[in-house]
Amino acid sequence: MRKGIGRWLGIGLAMLGLAWGLPTMAADTLTITGAGATFPYPLYSKWFYEYSNSHPGLKFNYQSIGSGGGVKQITAGTVDFGASDAPMNEDELAKLPGPIFHIPTAIGAVTVVYNLEKIQSGLKLTPDVLVDIYFGKITRWNDPRIAGLNPGAKLPAADIVVAHRSDGSGTTDIFTNYLSAVSTDWRAKIGRGKSVNWPVGLGGKGNEGVAGVVKQTPGAVGYVELAYAMQNRMTVAALRNKEGNFVLPTLESTSAAAAGAAKTMPADFRLTLVDAPGQDSYGICGLTWLLVYKDQRDEAKGKALVTFLKWAIRDGQRMNAPLLYAPIPKPVVEMVDKAIRQINFRGKSLY
Amino acid sequence: MTRKAGDNPKDLLFEKTTALFAFGVLFLAVLLFAILVAESLPSIRKFGASFLVTKTWDPVAENFGALTFIYGTIVSSFIALLIAVPLAVGSAIFINEFAPEWLKTPVAFLAELLAAIPSVIYGLWGIFVLVPVLRDLLMKPAAKYLGWIPLFKGPVYGPSMLAAGVLLSIMILPFILSVSREVLATVPRLQKEAVLSLGGTHWEMIRIVIGQHCIPGIFGATILGLGRALGETMAVTMVIGNRPDIFLSVFQPGYSMAAVIANEFTEATGELYLAALVEIGLVLFLITFLANLAAKWILKTMVSHAARGI
Repeated sequence: MRKGIGRWLGIGLAMLGLAWGLPTMAADTLTITGAGATFPYPLYSKWFYEYSNSHPGLKFNYQSIGSGGGVKQITAGTVDFGASDAPMNEDELAKLPGPIFHIPTAIGAVTVVYNLEKIQSGLKLTPDVLVDIYFGKITRWNDPRIAGLNPGAKLPAADIVVAHRSDGSGTTDIFTNYLSAVSTDWRAKIGRGKSVNWPVGLGGKGNEGVAGVVKQTPGAVGYVELAYAMQNRMTVAALRNKEGNFVLPTLESTSAAAAGAAKTMPADFRLTLVDAPGQDSYGICGLTWLLVYKDQRDEAKGKALVTFLKWAIRDGQRMNAPLLYAPIPKPVVEMVDKAIRQINFRGKSLY
Repeated sequence: MTRKAGDNPKDLLFEKTTALFAFGVLFLAVLLFAILVAESLPSIRKFGASFLVTKTWDPVAENFGALTFIYGTIVSSFIALLIAVPLAVGSAIFINEFAPEWLKTPVAFLAELLAAIPSVIYGLWGIFVLVPVLRDLLMKPAAKYLGWIPLFKGPVYGPSMLAAGVLLSIMILPFILSVSREVLATVPRLQKEAVLSLGGTHWEMIRIVIGQHCIPGIFGATILGLGRALGETMAVTMVIGNRPDIFLSVFQPGYSMAAVIANEFTEATGELYLAALVEIGLVLFLITFLANLAAKWILKTMVSHAARGI
């Protein structure tokens, strides 16, 4: 009997506690909104989930509407942070109400995938061959320029079917940035961008669209994100890097590219990583950024955001590799930390 | 006895409310048009009428023309109608006139079920089933033996104007079919029996009845299908190849207006780029509007002709 009473009392007390606790909890819940890039979305959603779990009362609402949308929204000030795979250009920066930081969060790679019967991953390609395939100048797989790089490979006398993204994307931006970096011809005639005027090829919507064209069409070549290529076990090409080595796209070769480029990291972090130096560096890599205003307008939100960013560039980086994003190199983390220290609310540091 | 609406305050309220709704619809259409025009002004100012006849689409150099997309939308929709209209009218005649009772309901039901499938499902089915089948069984042999005809010139990739047209034809089939059946069902039984009683065959009966009575209705059904084909986005972008270029061959890839908006709008930065995409939307709006207007006019003249004929 006494035990019974005790139990009821316990439940009653617990309910009372809940009744007191609930309203205060609701008042304390802070929601930070962000919008932008789709490419790092798997990583960000993992981060937000883990971070919210260890920081009750803080919620993230991230809409992966695309880098362009992220830039638009942070410019208009409708979100607390933006996210982009392409650094903001001077025109875009000029439209901002105040200075902004590009906080690098991860490094991704873009792989060249192909569909050739009996040829596994590792077909060797040089930058100029890749450029000429995408220019439509090399049209057959047994072209001497490809065969010369791959003695012994049974290259078919088939047409090369070029595939690219039809939707505007950071992946295309990184890929065309690479082609522009290795070819002055490409830079002059086509240029870099999230959508470009492709000389040849079929357009597929999203990574899955390009992968669909490549998988369904014998003799096709395309480009997809590293994570997508690995998860779907696609055959990927080894690209010759700046030092003359043929390198397969992997997490390691992406990290190597990042380490090689860390020395040249500019103060605003708007670094393009393509064609990076280093023996083991893979050529087609790019950073992705969170866009955060230096002068925050809301003290509580700004404080929470800064605390999150401190976590993201350190502890958060451990979640990068399992999701196939390379972490930010150590020396860069220190540089980013200095930037985060400058984020303030009316002159008061939020660090 | 007729009562004026004003006699009763409740009636008056009802009348004014419905009028408000009706004007609301009109207002929305006008507002939509106005906003499309306003948003595309930078592009209209920069490119003028040349926007409609220029093939270039270069977001990097900010040089835009919509011709390839207009061509793709119109040609893929035309292919769709070419396939879907005979198929739909044929099956409507079969279901209504010849099919035994036990077959009628399931065939009609399944055909109408096609309308309920989301377009992204059509697109996926297009990528994984339709495109490989068309490529290997139709396009490759056709390009090999009939490749000298410009319309069937290779090389064959798979995703193409033809694939988009065929997929669209399947998507618009249920709409044309169900309206055609409704139209056929409106033919008075007496008329049909009259033809038969005069010694006409079944074929003559259908020909006379359709010729006299149903052509305007079937034409209306076709326009309904066309409207849907013009605006279809997701399924088309998945099989058309998304290549802003104009080829005479239906085996070559193309691009449509709705597809380019869906593909590029999210990542479009820059005022002119966005305006050009909105202007494509405006052009699509106008084309759909004109198609419907023309249809209304043709329908009216046809109905009056048909009325005189009977």
